[in-house]
Amino acid sequence: MEKKSLWAKLTASREASLLVVLAVLLIVISILSPTFLSFTNVRQILLNNTLTMVMALGMLCVMLTAGIDISITSTLAFAGMTIGMLQKYDILHNTFLLFVIGSAIGLVCGFLNGIIIAKGKVAPIICTMGFMYIWRGMAYVISGNAWASGQDVAGFSDFGKDGSIGPYIILLVAYVTFFIVMKWTRFGRRIYAVGANPEAARISGINVDRTITSVYMIMGFLAGLAGVLSVSIYASAQPNMQYAKEMDVIAACVIGGVSMSGGRGSVVGTFLGALIIAIIAKALPLVGIDAIAQNLVKGIIILAVVILNVITQRMMDRQNLLRREL
Amino acid sequence: MKKKVLSVLLSTAMAATLLVGCGEQAAETAAPAAEEAAEAVEEAAPAEEAAAEEAAATDGATYAIVTKSAGNPFNERTASGFEEVITAAGLNCVVQHPESATADAQIAVIQSLISQGVSSIAVAANDANALTAALAEAKAAGIHVLTLDSDVNADSREVFCNQAGVQEIGQTLLDAVLDLTGGEGQYAILSATSQATNQNAWIDAMKSIAESDEKYSKLELVEVAYGDDEPQKSTDQTQALLQNYPDLKVICSPTTVGIAAAAKVLQDQGSSVKLTGLGLPSEMAEYIGDDDAHSCPYMFLWNPIDLGRLAAYTSIALVNGDITGATGDTFTAGDLGDYEVVEIDGATQIILGAPFKFDASNIDEWKSVY
Repeated sequence: MEKKSLWAKLTASREASLLVVLAVLLIVISILSPTFLSFTNVRQILLNNTLTMVMALGMLCVMLTAGIDISITSTLAFAGMTIGMLQKYDILHNTFLLFVIGSAIGLVCGFLNGIIIAKGKVAPIICTMGFMYIWRGMAYVISGNAWASGQDVAGFSDFGKDGSIGPYIILLVAYVTFFIVMKWTRFGRRIYAVGANPEAARISGINVDRTITSVYMIMGFLAGLAGVLSVSIYASAQPNMQYAKEMDVIAACVIGGVSMSGGRGSVVGTFLGALIIAIIAKALPLVGIDAIAQNLVKGIIILAVVILNVITQRMMDRQNLLRREL
Repeated sequence: MKKKVLSVLLSTAMAATLLVGCGEQAAETAAPAAEEAAEAVEEAAPAEEAAAEEAAATDGATYAIVTKSAGNPFNERTASGFEEVITAAGLNCVVQHPESATADAQIAVIQSLISQGVSSIAVAANDANALTAALAEAKAAGIHVLTLDSDVNADSREVFCNQAGVQEIGQTLLDAVLDLTGGEGQYAILSATSQATNQNAWIDAMKSIAESDEKYSKLELVEVAYGDDEPQKSTDQTQALLQNYPDLKVICSPTTVGIAAAAKVLQDQGSSVKLTGLGLPSEMAEYIGDDDAHSCPYMFLWNPIDLGRLAAYTSIALVNGDITGATGDTFTAGDLGDYEVVEIDGATQIILGAPFKFDASNIDEWKSVY
């Protein structure tokens, strides 16, 4: 077997090039802020970005079918506000049941998205835009101009407290499950098939509508779950929570190499993308970048990584072609 | 067929968008008091000399208060303070909460008060200009008009009861920092967005006061961080402050979302850094306490009940002719003490005083209030 050059190895897969990006980022940040990779920091990065990382998995599925869902943080707020109010008015304090209810709300929201997009053939961005307003509005309506605060969710917030392991377990289970499902199950492969070529998928006997509906249900479920996590982690439920954060989730996927036109993307890539977004958010205030310039730098880093992605993709395509010719 | 379904869905979505748009606005108007607090000052013509009405205290005179909207605990507390003073003085009190936090709803209420022939109307304006006509009508009917909580343009009322001036807030926060640091050391500010008008005014006041007095010379403001009023970003910013400044003693957060997020970070980590700022008692009850298990020894906001009381005493003074709302007028507001009408940026106002302090001793009582 011929020996590949280092360059060839790095450009052989999207994930490898992302790892390089991650390594470079970490080295630069560690030079500027030597304690960056401490255990506490890593723990806090994961905790404070649990929501983005969980939802990125759903967005991966949606984007694999060439769709998009911009209603996710509204679903999150609706689910989160609901379970916040349940606690505020002392209706329910069981952590497990609150998780079930929040996720179920998300699942229903996602189902509505899915059915309208799959059966009604509405463009995903339009349909989810409608629901973005609807669910956010519902969060305001059920809040009745009140917030659920620290004392209301006491006990429940222990689950997401800095130092508790609950959120990490959810993260781990979610990523392992999706890794297996997307790679080795028929369902996972169907999602790829539908995204890569819907017509071919239909002809080969895949129920395209059902697959599309289910990816939005998965997304909704995860958004609802993120809503519950958000209330637990930040010990507060406000109707405007996580407003406009869907962009971070989409950015995580795009950085992770998920294609906007469907059919291309992986769980590992999504994980690395979400991690890069998380690290940027944590590092910018730490390395002494002026507060008002932080978004600017964030944008530049995102674009740089995406451009690198495109270049890598081109190299991969070229190498594949070369191999085929040989 | 499919097109029909599509168009129905689209129009439903649009209709929903409209509905939701309205809903959100209303919700925001009723949002935390901290936001709307010190934006009180309006540019307007110099104080106008309202002709002091001839009559002194008349028996059976009726004093009205119009709040911003129903269903908001802050407004209800303000009205209760107002009512308490008026009834204690043996006068009649009318409390009106408009159904919604709009100028339209307030205009309807004001017009009904005019026809009832009340002696004075104290209004927490939902709009700086939209009430002008209704208030002019009230004035023409010989009714004394004053504002509280948020002002209208200065021509439309005799005086404004302001819950806290920018200088008072800056002074209070800086004194809290001085106290919590023990007189010297590093402190940081966690604000909302870098564009937030109120927060920037308060922070600027803190900075200028710190420069003007020798006793603050050992305090070092290391950074003003911006959490954009998002829990997630505020958490990252707070953690970064802790890491970047190991000698940090105090974080001061003059914004309700920021202070709650910072309080949680500090408390969960068991950090020795202390927190103060402006926060809602209900949001902060978890974190307020004197011991090391709590991250925030005390914080501030306005006292809605005292604001209502001040408005009541001011109403009585206006009706009795003790004051006319001109700059320099003085009067005694019961046990609240003596007050003077001052002019800030062209608006005559009476400033309630320093913000109200919430600490371990009173937080339990206040956390259910607002």
